Amino acid sequence: MATQLKDTRITQTLPQGSVSWPLPPRVRPEFANHDKATLESYLASAPLDEVDIADPLWWETDTNHVYFRRLREEAPIFFTHVNSNRHRGFWNVTRWNDVMAVDTNHQVFSSEAILGGITLFDMDSDFIMPMFIAMDQPKHDVQRKAVNPIVSGQNLAGYEELIRSRTCEVLDSLPRGEAFDWVDKVSIELTSRMLATLFGWPQERRRMLTYWSDVSTSDPELPGSPGKEERQGILLGMLQEFTMLWNERVNAEPTGDLVSMLAHNPATRNMPPMEFMGNLVLLIVGGNDTTRNSITGGLYFLNKNPGEYAKLKANHGLVENMVSEIIRYQTPLAHMRRTALQDTVLGGQLIHKGDKVVMWYSSANRDDTVLDRPDEFIIDRARARQHMSFGFGIHRCVGNRLAELQLKILWEEILKRFDHIEVLDEPERVPSAFVRGYKSMMVRIPA
Amino acid sequence: MVKIIYVEHTGARHEVNVPDGENLMEGAVQNNVPGIDGDCGGNAACATCHCYIPSEWQALTGERSELEDSMIELADTAQPNSRLACQIKASAALDGLEVHMPATQH
Repeated sequence: MATQLKDTRITQTLPQGSVSWPLPPRVRPEFANHDKATLESYLASAPLDEVDIADPLWWETDTNHVYFRRLREEAPIFFTHVNSNRHRGFWNVTRWNDVMAVDTNHQVFSSEAILGGITLFDMDSDFIMPMFIAMDQPKHDVQRKAVNPIVSGQNLAGYEELIRSRTCEVLDSLPRGEAFDWVDKVSIELTSRMLATLFGWPQERRRMLTYWSDVSTSDPELPGSPGKEERQGILLGMLQEFTMLWNERVNAEPTGDLVSMLAHNPATRNMPPMEFMGNLVLLIVGGNDTTRNSITGGLYFLNKNPGEYAKLKANHGLVENMVSEIIRYQTPLAHMRRTALQDTVLGGQLIHKGDKVVMWYSSANRDDTVLDRPDEFIIDRARARQHMSFGFGIHRCVGNRLAELQLKILWEEILKRFDHIEVLDEPERVPSAFVRGYKSMMVRIPA
Repeated sequence: MVKIIYVEHTGARHEVNVPDGENLMEGAVQNNVPGIDGDCGGNAACATCHCYIPSEWQALTGERSELEDSMIELADTAQPNSRLACQIKASAALDGLEVHMPATQH
């Protein structure tokens, strides 16, 4: 692998109207306060074209559902113009069947990094990170296949005992009778340990993986987040650390971890550094943020729905079904984005070549024309596996079975130990239209 | 009704009557046959109804579509006789068909 990182950066001009940095100020109505009722009442009555649903405000306050319900009913495929000078404008695809149509039509709807990638906000044009989720066929397929075996059913059977023993260790170490942050002590702890194992990364430094995951998806505009340049520097630092691991493993016998698998597979062993970095970001975020937030979300939903919690306590056999319902209800990644490669018609709307098309998985998962009572959390829901959270088509989540296994084991072990875990306050949410997650959630396990 | 025999990786057999015109993923899910999930509801978009069709039945079960082919080829357990059960419709011609399942769906 080359060591001159800067020389290999891919710089491309985006197809049309690329935004310039720093972004112009965001247009948003003034609100007397940001309480949920005020914001929901605004979203329920505002002109549809006045709302920029990419604004982190709607995600931090968990109010976006009000707007998406209206879009599904009034304008299921709707173009957001407001704040176009920040995000170039984008199509909102909000209904289940339309999201399915886009997700399964990879010939027309591209994921390519150089067209902006798979998130609403384009990748930085001076810092393009190719990664297999942001590639089209045929390159996508061969790179995905390089890592697929680590999360296949056969391989997961080998992880089950390890996941269970760690889960037990983490749960047994939790304080009783005092408030603590579930996100930090359980959700991050379990997902970072798993991720370190998958990468063959030193366990004692596992929180670095959480840090890099958070930096990868952070919003450079938000106070406390690294700025654009700083973010790039941090990710280059991550690349350097992983390059050392790569160099150790590329000439050694395969060790079955992700770094070794990438270093030994003909499809990935000659990746340029930015592509190695991109795939690291993909696998770290994919294996970290998502499961972490479903771990937190599940406990939150059970507390909000005491009847469901009681149902679960009375029948531990519901865990597996509940896991799918948690993943639907959480939708840890709110959207995936595509770029139209040609003019096309979707649900009666003309999409132009180059347009940004955002599939709102979080909205499709609440589409009541396809799902029964989708706004309710029902742990024994019929056919709970039919949810949109993993995406569909060739980019469908590769680690879905691992995520389900981690959540299943966690809930089995929680039910063995604790009669109840009480959520003490509303969780603090991540201000992001991409990662639908939690920063912290204070809980207490009765002594 | 069309008789379909779903065969698990372990060899366990499940003989099921599937209504004419129903796809074989639904046939399995509606009858609680383990080993077929059907997460996408029959769009060839998730490959969780991956199955193997014995050679003598292949002419009758047809060819993979483009999306189906892409989805199957991403699975570690893909074989030349792999299909997605949701893309095969029960019909009188398939009466007695054996559908074999991989050890796990992914």
